[in-house]
Amino acid sequence: MNHAQAYVAPAELIPEQPAPEIAGKPWNATRAWGYGLILFWIVVVVALAAWLITGYDPAKIERYAPRYWNGLLTTLTLVSISIVLGAILSLPIAYARMSDNRLLNGISYSYVYLFRGTPLLAQLFLIYYGLGSFREQLEAVGLWLFFRDAWNCALFAFTLNTAAYQAEIVRGAVRSVPNGQWEGAAALGINRLQTFRKIIAPQAMIVALRPYGNEIILMIKGSAIVALITVFDLMGETRRAFSRTFDFQTYIYAAIFYLIIVEILRNIWNWLEKRLTRHLVR
Amino acid sequence: MDVWTLISFGDQGWGDEIAWGVLVTVSLALATLPLGLALGFFIALAKQSREPTLRISAEIYTTIFRGLPELLTLFIIFFGLQIGIQQIARAMGFSSGIEINAFVAGMIALGIVFSSYASEVFLSAFRAIPKGQYEGGYAVGLPHGKVMRLVVLPQVIKIALPGLTNLWMILLKDTALVSAIGLSDIVRQTGIAARVTKEAFLFYGIAFILFLVLALLSSIVINRIEKYGERAEQAR
Repeated sequence: MNHAQAYVAPAELIPEQPAPEIAGKPWNATRAWGYGLILFWIVVVVALAAWLITGYDPAKIERYAPRYWNGLLTTLTLVSISIVLGAILSLPIAYARMSDNRLLNGISYSYVYLFRGTPLLAQLFLIYYGLGSFREQLEAVGLWLFFRDAWNCALFAFTLNTAAYQAEIVRGAVRSVPNGQWEGAAALGINRLQTFRKIIAPQAMIVALRPYGNEIILMIKGSAIVALITVFDLMGETRRAFSRTFDFQTYIYAAIFYLIIVEILRNIWNWLEKRLTRHLVR
Repeated sequence: MDVWTLISFGDQGWGDEIAWGVLVTVSLALATLPLGLALGFFIALAKQSREPTLRISAEIYTTIFRGLPELLTLFIIFFGLQIGIQQIARAMGFSSGIEINAFVAGMIALGIVFSSYASEVFLSAFRAIPKGQYEGGYAVGLPHGKVMRLVVLPQVIKIALPGLTNLWMILLKDTALVSAIGLSDIVRQTGIAARVTKEAFLFYGIAFILFLVLALLSSIVINRIEKYGERAEQAR
């Protein structure tokens, strides 16, 4: 039978029907919870806004706004320098971690374990306060001037810390590229360095993108602890402002700034990921 | 004074003070864990709910507490609760000498942070459960609550376990922050010892090693738990 003839037009067209009415959603416990929680957030936001507006004090804003700005810049400088230095330092560590040499592997494994297994705060205190015990030795080699400054110590500690985390990211990303890629390149007679640079690295970088973004966000959040060793970053300026004014709004402003930075970064990263993986989308 | 006297237990040494710090750190982490797990679980339920208002409010919660530095969350909870409670007390006519316990504040703050990360872990575990598991449960006549409790939850916990153990390690490290609000944990106790004895490297080094030991001990326990979870597969 010919399929083209199977269709028989109806004698008359069915008149247009109105869309079926959506049955009203029944009220149940889940909905009540949902509405209650939304109401809670609205109340919190409105109360916070009202409080910030009624408590608006031009003198205070004029006095502390530039300091907050400087604090923000300190945070961003500290984090960006340590992320870059950490990225450079992480490459040899990741290489050692993936090598077959047991000594190299053991050393890099212990390094990564030490820095990932302990709190950043303990590392920071150990470097800032602890190295003071070796003042004479450090003076002898001329490093005391560097370690005397809290900012340098923070930079040093953050770099070592993030290098350990980034080394693991790099290792995971390179390992995620299937072995066949190496073998295929070898079969084509491409040497290992070229293979890594042109075949493995581009694929690994896409895998590493998301963890790198998370690491940067973690560093921005983690950097708040430098306030405890007298570096005046955003958190440090906040603490100073609070200790002078006893105005709790100082912390709310800091929270807003941190949220804005983290959200901006998160969105940039989402966009980057979308952009860089668009060839993978079918 | 030599090193062994300094870290001995007793009047001369700081061993007992530091041991107390270890106890505080461990008990804070252990007390935070159930709070964070329970909160995180309910937030994960809210995030996969069909009710959009629940989803949105859960998203707001995690966005805020994953975006704020842990230290700032801690300060906001500690000072915020203190100021809030004092104002309520003053409004009700009490004297305003009420102080918030640093342990409780630390527990709440760390629990909130933990729960917002844990909710993501639970959520992805929930998504890994095939729909057929629910449907099979309904087909044999189990009510929704029992399907959740007897069919879905055991699988969710198993899938979520690696993520949760990661979060436990992070929680353990985050407890160091409570030293900033005056709770006598490892960092604070060793810090006091360092200031009094002027042996900063020794005592902060001890703090460093203690955290390392705690991490090692936890990984041993976690390995046990993972083995326990895998015993069903080994039997086959």
